[in-house]
Amino acid sequence: MNNSKHISDKNIESIMGSLLRYGVLIAALIVAAGASIYLWQHGAGRPAYHVFEGEPKRLTQIAAIWKNAMEGRGRALIQLGILVLIATPIARVLFSVVGFVLEKDLLYTFITLFVLAVIIISLL
Amino acid sequence: MSVLVFTILLFSGAALAGLLGSLTGLGGGVVLIPLLTLVFKVDIHYAIGTSLVSVIATSSGAAAAYVKEGITNIRLGMFLEVATTIGALAGAFLATYIATSWIAIVFGIILILSALTAFTHHTENISTVQGSRLSRRLKLNGSFPTEAGIQHYSVKHVAGGFVMMNIAGIISGILGIGSGALKVIAMDRIMQIPFKVSTTTSNFMIGVTAAASAGIYLKRGYIDPGLSMPVMLGVLLGAYVGSKILFKANTKALKILFAIVVLFLALEMIYNGITHEL
Repeated sequence: MNNSKHISDKNIESIMGSLLRYGVLIAALIVAAGASIYLWQHGAGRPAYHVFEGEPKRLTQIAAIWKNAMEGRGRALIQLGILVLIATPIARVLFSVVGFVLEKDLLYTFITLFVLAVIIISLL
Repeated sequence: MSVLVFTILLFSGAALAGLLGSLTGLGGGVVLIPLLTLVFKVDIHYAIGTSLVSVIATSSGAAAAYVKEGITNIRLGMFLEVATTIGALAGAFLATYIATSWIAIVFGIILILSALTAFTHHTENISTVQGSRLSRRLKLNGSFPTEAGIQHYSVKHVAGGFVMMNIAGIISGILGIGSGALKVIAMDRIMQIPFKVSTTTSNFMIGVTAAASAGIYLKRGYIDPGLSMPVMLGVLLGAYVGSKILFKANTKALKILFAIVVLFLALEMIYNGITHEL
């Protein structure tokens, strides 16, 4: 294994580390902001999770979550934070594609793009 | 119980789960589903969605600390993720057709498996010969720094490991857990990857696998903000504190204690599954 490749691997990994840390931090901050609004408005209510009903559309569709979160709704803000959290490992895969392209590793560029495609299908 | 009290209790429970999970290396997800369903009486579908969120949080949080050390084998992880993400999609899809009592039983069995990994001791056997043709073609062999210098290793039984990872992905998609125990079996036992590399690489994969099924669960309305909020924040706090005190704690005794708790929860889940309580 030659040296230059090892160094570029190291750089990519350290950027990935920061990416994950900030991703989780930002997600946690958005969730915490949503939590304070949600608890302020609904803190005195009663939790009802015994029977599964499923979430309403405004909390399951990305566009609707974004719209409601921007209007300052607590539960939608929490969902937005969760979306950022889900996006963190996906960003890591996306970043790996860039890394493999820079290394001119065609095989792994394809493998990583395939993984990315599978995840994107799950979100659509 | 009001929403506020419920949130505070769930936050504390999740923080404890995250703390124990990170101290023992068994992961917090394994106790979250029993905690939600057995203690908080939450429907298992909501519990699965909530657990997936916590799995991504702990995986990304821990990975941020690990990747800096340069032990994760990104190629190996990415190659195996082809198997786990396809499995996760299939699993999340299958979950709608499986009766909840069966989900509880399968979950109990996986819990027993994770608890047993705490008791079994596996002596490491690092192979430095070139590895199989497939592992060379896929550039899976790697190296990592040790005190004695750079340690090279090769990967064995690539196909077997790939199939096992696919099963781990399916289980993760059905149950909303990281399937860490199955990933360890695939990497440590089948592919014979050194422990240091397999732990971090499997952790890297757990987040990506969980993200694939989380997308589906979110769309289906399994991810509730009132549940995932205290669980995500609690697990993150617990795991963070755990990583700070890891070196001071007597992890061996703790690990056995935690494994016994997990074993007990497993039997409870199976019992509830059989009697259709869940």
